Amino acid sequence: MKLQRHGAIACLALSAVLGLSACGSDNNEPTTGASASGSAAAADCGKGTLNAQGSSAQKNAMAEWIKAYQQKCAGTTINYEPTGSGAGIEAFKAGTADFAGSDSALKPEEQPAADAKCAGGQALNLPMVIGPVAVVYNVNGLDNLQLTPATMAKIFAGKVTKWDAPEIKADNPGATLPATAIQAVHRSDESGTTDNFTKYLSKTAEADWTFDHAKAWKAPGGVGAAKSDGVASKVKSTDGTISYVEWSYAENSGLKKAKVQNGAGEFTELTAESAGKTIAGAKFEGQGNDLKMSIDYNTKEAGAYPIVLATYEIVCSKGLAADKLPLVKGLLGYAASAEGQGALTELGYAPLPESVRTKVEAAVKSLA
Amino acid sequence: MGDNPHRSAHAGTGGTHVATSHEGPAGASARVAESSGNPRMTDNGLGGGGALPRARAFGAERAFRGLTLAAGTAVLVIIAAIAIFLIAKAVPALRTNTESFWTYEGWFPNENPPKFGIGALAFGTVLSSALALLMAVPVALGIALYLSHYAPRRLGNSLGFLIDLLAAVPSVVFGLWGRDYLVKPVADLSAWLHEYFGWIPIFGEGPYGSSILLGSLVLAIMVLPIVTSLSREVFRQTPTANEEAALALGATRWEMICTAVLPYGRPGVIAAVMLGLGRALGETIALALTLGSTYAISFNILESGGNSIAANIALKFAEANATGRGALIASGLVLFAITLIVNITARAIIYRRREFTESAA
Repeated sequence: MKLQRHGAIACLALSAVLGLSACGSDNNEPTTGASASGSAAAADCGKGTLNAQGSSAQKNAMAEWIKAYQQKCAGTTINYEPTGSGAGIEAFKAGTADFAGSDSALKPEEQPAADAKCAGGQALNLPMVIGPVAVVYNVNGLDNLQLTPATMAKIFAGKVTKWDAPEIKADNPGATLPATAIQAVHRSDESGTTDNFTKYLSKTAEADWTFDHAKAWKAPGGVGAAKSDGVASKVKSTDGTISYVEWSYAENSGLKKAKVQNGAGEFTELTAESAGKTIAGAKFEGQGNDLKMSIDYNTKEAGAYPIVLATYEIVCSKGLAADKLPLVKGLLGYAASAEGQGALTELGYAPLPESVRTKVEAAVKSLA
Repeated sequence: MGDNPHRSAHAGTGGTHVATSHEGPAGASARVAESSGNPRMTDNGLGGGGALPRARAFGAERAFRGLTLAAGTAVLVIIAAIAIFLIAKAVPALRTNTESFWTYEGWFPNENPPKFGIGALAFGTVLSSALALLMAVPVALGIALYLSHYAPRRLGNSLGFLIDLLAAVPSVVFGLWGRDYLVKPVADLSAWLHEYFGWIPIFGEGPYGSSILLGSLVLAIMVLPIVTSLSREVFRQTPTANEEAALALGATRWEMICTAVLPYGRPGVIAAVMLGLGRALGETIALALTLGSTYAISFNILESGGNSIAANIALKFAEANATGRGALIASGLVLFAITLIVNITARAIIYRRREFTESAA
């Protein structure tokens, strides 16, 4: 009888230990150690809490800006949830997010619902981060992969299924390719990164990519992973995978990046300069303070890396609540400042070109 | 959970009257209590003693009866309310769908025009649940038989306790564990299966990893404790007289189990399996994390991909606009219908079996 009771207690203790050990370790974001600069710039400090959500591609940039801003302005709490561009826009329309981060600008059908949330104004797309999209892969023994847009389109459309296919061999003369099956990983949630990558494929490989561009992945086959972290960890852990993910995630997870052929026919590697060359040629599509950008994916600039996306903050030009306005202007103003943009390079983003940055700063100042 | 056997575990047995020695079967005393309320009835059935309650207009009897009636009706009302809500929200989205809801393999309700279909989702749900049951039920029955008939009493109790704890682990923990640790072993297993059994169509080729096989394996582990603990209780309830009779006639332990325990416990085991199936069909986060979320109907269980209704809802809900939410609710309605059909079939099977086992026992 006693043994049974002791046995039950021992089992409880054992299960408690097992239960506690089952609590996995958190996905600790690597902090880069960039501390807030000593220069006490006159940042507008609001007070209170700000809630934002959206693009997971800009999560690392946001985290860095929020940390710096909160250190400058004590008493503020800013929450940014990387739920994906689609979810961010929905939250903005529903009023649960004060501003949304999105890798694609508001679509024409989304604009009215977003404008409805801005009393007397409209929803603006303010580009804040230039994120190059890296094509990452994990193949045992393969180190210097280079791909043309046509081959990439065939891989992601499911037409090329093995790593030693003739198309990949043609792009990589002299490389030894294993016979493993290709596992093309895409985003299972609605993502601005997907939108930009498919836009790139549809503009540079029209013959092979027939699925147009959208936030949701349309091509058949492949494997879906949720959010940018999910994609990065899937590629990291599985052999034979290839995927597209924002540059900072590739750096953080130590993934191998493929060289991509640009409009001039050369295979360029992804670096801050090569991405910057493509941005320098981007044009504005929006009017007034709406700074939607369009990027030339077929750029013939020498040494330019073509797959680049601009990620936007979607915010109301007028009609922000009085207690949130100083916080929004303060945070976005810091992000658009030279200091905020300067912190981006070591995170794996390319800073906004100066001409774009000044326009964005002016737009933020005009928020009311 | 293991201490209170499911009500249908007693189906076909008429109560545990073999073990206890009261005056009559359980049904009789209820009848006597009712009839004693009628003052014109002189025959008590039990003979002298009295002290049975008289029926009053607002007494405890009526109150208790009213309460139990209210509880039963509340359950029906809740089910009806859920069904009405699902239908009301789903119909507008279904109307705007431009593709066939039953056969289209894709989920794009946010696009213009919206296109979505549950073909691949329902297929994935049913396939992964069926596979999970196929893998879990034999193991669970083996464990239950071992714990009730072979293991020493103390070992049986503590092992049973541990298995019940497995049921308490949240599904998200299973999902994370499956996604991070089981993927490589399952990929290796898939490669081996394809190499030696590739001629069977379900062991096809393709990149291995987050496949229906992985999802079903995780589901099987989640279903295992439910089926085990219920079956264990059922097997324990086998009348000792039947077991000892079999042993006295010269049967070995295994033969005794085959002839006395298993037939007696069949309705209970079926109920346990149906409960496990219910959990498998509705499992959300474990499948959302382990399946590859593609929309294709394919019998190749080794290939990365697959999706289920509940996992799709978990993944897509945050980013769905109004049509998207309606479409997800429509898929929830389909899941509701599938679960209802499965449960009705189970009840029908138990009801048919009841006649056979009652006459046998």
